[in-house]
This record gives sequence, structure tokens and C-alpha cells, in this order.
Amino acid sequence: MTAFGHVRRVPDVDRVPGEGRALRFAVVDYGAGNLVSIDQALTRVGAEVSIARDPSAFAGADALVVPGVGAAAPAMERLAAAGLVEPIRAWIAGGRPYLGICLGLQLLFDGSDEDGALTLGVIRGRTARLRDAPTLPHIGWNQVERVREHPLFSGIAAAADFYFVHSYAGVPEGPDAEASTMARTSHGASFVSAIARANILGVQFHPERSGADGLRLLGNVVDIVRSGAIATDPTIAVPA
Amino acid sequence: MLRRRVIPCLDVANGRVVKGTRFVDLVDEGDPPELAERYALEGADELVFLDISAAPEGRGTLLDIVERTARRAFIPLTVGGGVRSVDDMRDVLRAGADKVSLNTAAVADPDLIGACASRFGRQAVVVAIDARRRPAADDWEVVIKGGRESTKLDAVRWAQRVVELGAGELLVTSIDRDGTRSGFDIGLLRAISERVEVPVIASGGAAGPADFVAAVRDGGADAVLAASIFHRRIHSIAAVKQAMADAGLPVRLVPEAAA
Repeated sequence: MTAFGHVRRVPDVDRVPGEGRALRFAVVDYGAGNLVSIDQALTRVGAEVSIARDPSAFAGADALVVPGVGAAAPAMERLAAAGLVEPIRAWIAGGRPYLGICLGLQLLFDGSDEDGALTLGVIRGRTARLRDAPTLPHIGWNQVERVREHPLFSGIAAAADFYFVHSYAGVPEGPDAEASTMARTSHGASFVSAIARANILGVQFHPERSGADGLRLLGNVVDIVRSGAIATDPTIAVPA
Repeated sequence: MLRRRVIPCLDVANGRVVKGTRFVDLVDEGDPPELAERYALEGADELVFLDISAAPEGRGTLLDIVERTARRAFIPLTVGGGVRSVDDMRDVLRAGADKVSLNTAAVADPDLIGACASRFGRQAVVVAIDARRRPAADDWEVVIKGGRESTKLDAVRWAQRVVELGAGELLVTSIDRDGTRSGFDIGLLRAISERVEVPVIASGGAAGPADFVAAVRDGGADAVLAASIFHRRIHSIAAVKQAMADAGLPVRLVPEAAA
């Protein structure tokens, strides 16, 4: 089945059994905090979750999820120590589905202004501190305002609230920056809160902590992966 | 626009939610994950578990209920009480908490704040400040151990210091007002919120929806925490949020909970 144009019943967030083989989502564990909620949320929407602490766990997975909160430099160090940096790049370069949540989105950019870390370099741009924010960290529920339609937000009201916990956000650059921006959020200045580009999906908020709408969004990710709608984008340059 | 949060607080002892004056006259109120799920459905924006287990053997039970809660309530969970080291914090986060609240341990060892923040990010470190008014000096003093022990620290200066050390959020409780249902200490909240960049959670003294409005509008709080008025069903989360919305404050209204 496909999620395109499909409005999920409210508040139905449980999957109907028998929709076919459960998709396996490998959730990368690099010591960056709470994996219980992402595991539970993906399971709730019908995915089969495996926790990936080394590259061997990527084998047979249908999608890769990189969660995480905190700073980029220690996260990159822990990914490197686990031998995960190149396998993640190769996964993305191979056009396989990737979902980055919070830090897992920020790590896709070239680098972070927070600690000068060089990150995965899959998306052009840098992770920068939120501008003109009345409070930092930006903690709490805020509106995710869509700038273009994407099945990621199927069945979710416009400007729905999602839960944020961060002080930095990725700033996409280059010719594809606008086209890959799916949603923006304001806390002081506005920032990019959701991106989608070929096989890459990324959200700055925490769908696993955003109640029914968060579960809907994760269910949409499962549908997108299942539909095979994710295409390889040759313009995504993964540095060697 | 960033919503002002309403946060029910659950006191947990040996795996059960209890009510009563902290540590005495405890009455069993039920299973923490069950109550947490109920509050989440009723529109709670976050949950705080305060572990008041006196015995060390309560810790394993706590981690178990944190995990069971994280698997039922898809909203953020902060756990406080008894976290004294980076390893303690790691265990609580691994069990499914999103944030940890440090109180007495931060006073005893302020470097713990920075150690936890650099390991897990400052957004995961809440410092709880219990403050008591000193009328003679016209200020507030930090107290610990549920208000039974004085520290002589000035609460406002302590708030600024813990933020410099790495706190990502402050949970400010007026010990004078806690449990009295006489309203939040607005002066305390304002004195702190005007001087720090991080979000301030107001606690201690909630009696009704008007107090939540005042804590945000007059006290500058980003979030408001309460226990007994929700547990005893004196006011619903939806009613509190509606009053905040009516006062022009941005809140997340949950359609299913509006009834």
C-alpha cells in the first residue's frame, strides 16, 4: 500500500496486521541517550526494530534510523569508534532509506558550529545555533509549518505541534536547499525542521515523543519505505 | 510558536505512585505507567517522575517503571531523585527517560552538572532548585532534602551558576508554597527567569488554572508543573490549558482531551 494521499484514521496509529512482511528498521545505538521510545514508537507503527551497534546489524535492514541528542563532536567520535561512519555514508550513497532524528539529521550536514565537528557531509550546509531565540535550549512543543507537500506528513494537520529539544539546527545550502526543505519552525528566527531528499528523511523534532501525530509521522515513514517511493538521487555527493 | 507546557508530576516510591506530604502519610495512587498514559491522553506536554524511594533497592524498580512508562506514553519524561553520578544518569536515560533532574547532588557536587551536560547534552540536564524565601533579606535561599536542610546559597545566583555549569532547564520550586495550594511564588520565578536564558519550569503552590496563567504571564515561566490538583482531579489538564489559551498564552490543545 502507499501513503500518498492516504489520510490515516484518527487516532488510529496501530498497524493493521497482515499488511505484508514487517519492515526492519535498524536504529543506530551510539550511546546518545534514549532508544526505548524510538524502538517502541517504530514497533507500534508496525516496523520490526533492530538496534545497530556495529555495521553487521545493517545487513537485511530496510531502513536506517539515526536518533540522538546532544553535541556533534562526541557523537561523531562514538560513531567512528563503533566503525559506523563509512557504513552510514555507504548506506546513504546506495540510495537506501535513512531517517535522521534531531542530531541524526544534523550529522548529515558538512559540520557543526557548536564544536567545530566535521560531520557526514551528505547534505551541503552547516549546523548553526538558533538565531534570536528567546530561550535556549528550544525545549517543548512547537508548530511544524510545512512549506511543501510530502507523504511524511500524510494525515497530519497543517502546523501540527511536535516536540523539540535542541539549540542548533542544520542550515541547508546550495541549489537543492529549498527543494529539500519540507517544513520550518519558528523560535526567534525560523529554521528548517524537516527535510526530504531522495532517500533521506530528516526531522529536527522528536516524533517518538510527539504523541499521536508523532506516531502518524513514523507510520508514514514505514509506508514510504514500503512503497519503494524512495529513489536514488545521483546528485547526492557522498565524500570519500 | 513555542507552547507553554503543562507538566504533571508523579511522586514514585518503590514502583508505585504515591501521594502525601513527601515521605510521610504516603497513599498508594497506582501504577506509574498507567497514570502516565492517562495524563498523556489528557494533554500533558511532559511528565516528571520524582523518585522518593528511601531504600537503594528502589532504584532497580525505578528503572523498570521508567522503561514501562516510556513504552506507553509517547511524550517526554524527566526523572528526578537519587541521581548522583554520570553513570546514574546514563542508566535512567537508557531506561527511556529523556531528561534527568539533579537537585541535592548538584548542590553537593556542582561539577556533576557539567559532567552530565558534556556527556548527554545540556538539554538532558534539568537542575531542580528548591527555594525558601528569606523575608529579612528579601531574597530566596536554596534548601535541600525536601526543605529540611539549609544551604545558605542565594537561589537566584545559584540559578545563574548552574546554567553556566551546563543546566539546560531549571525546575524552580517554592518550598514555602509547595503543597499549600496558595499559588506560585511569582517573585521568585520572575527573579530567575529574567536572569537566565534557559527555560524555567514553575513548581510549588498550584491551586487552579489562574495560577498557571500567572506563572507564565507574570513569572516568565516556560512550563508549569503540578501534582495534587491533577492527581485528585480537582482540575483537568484540559481545563488548565483552556484557561491559558483564553488568557492568550500559546498552548498545545489536544482535540481528544478537549471534552
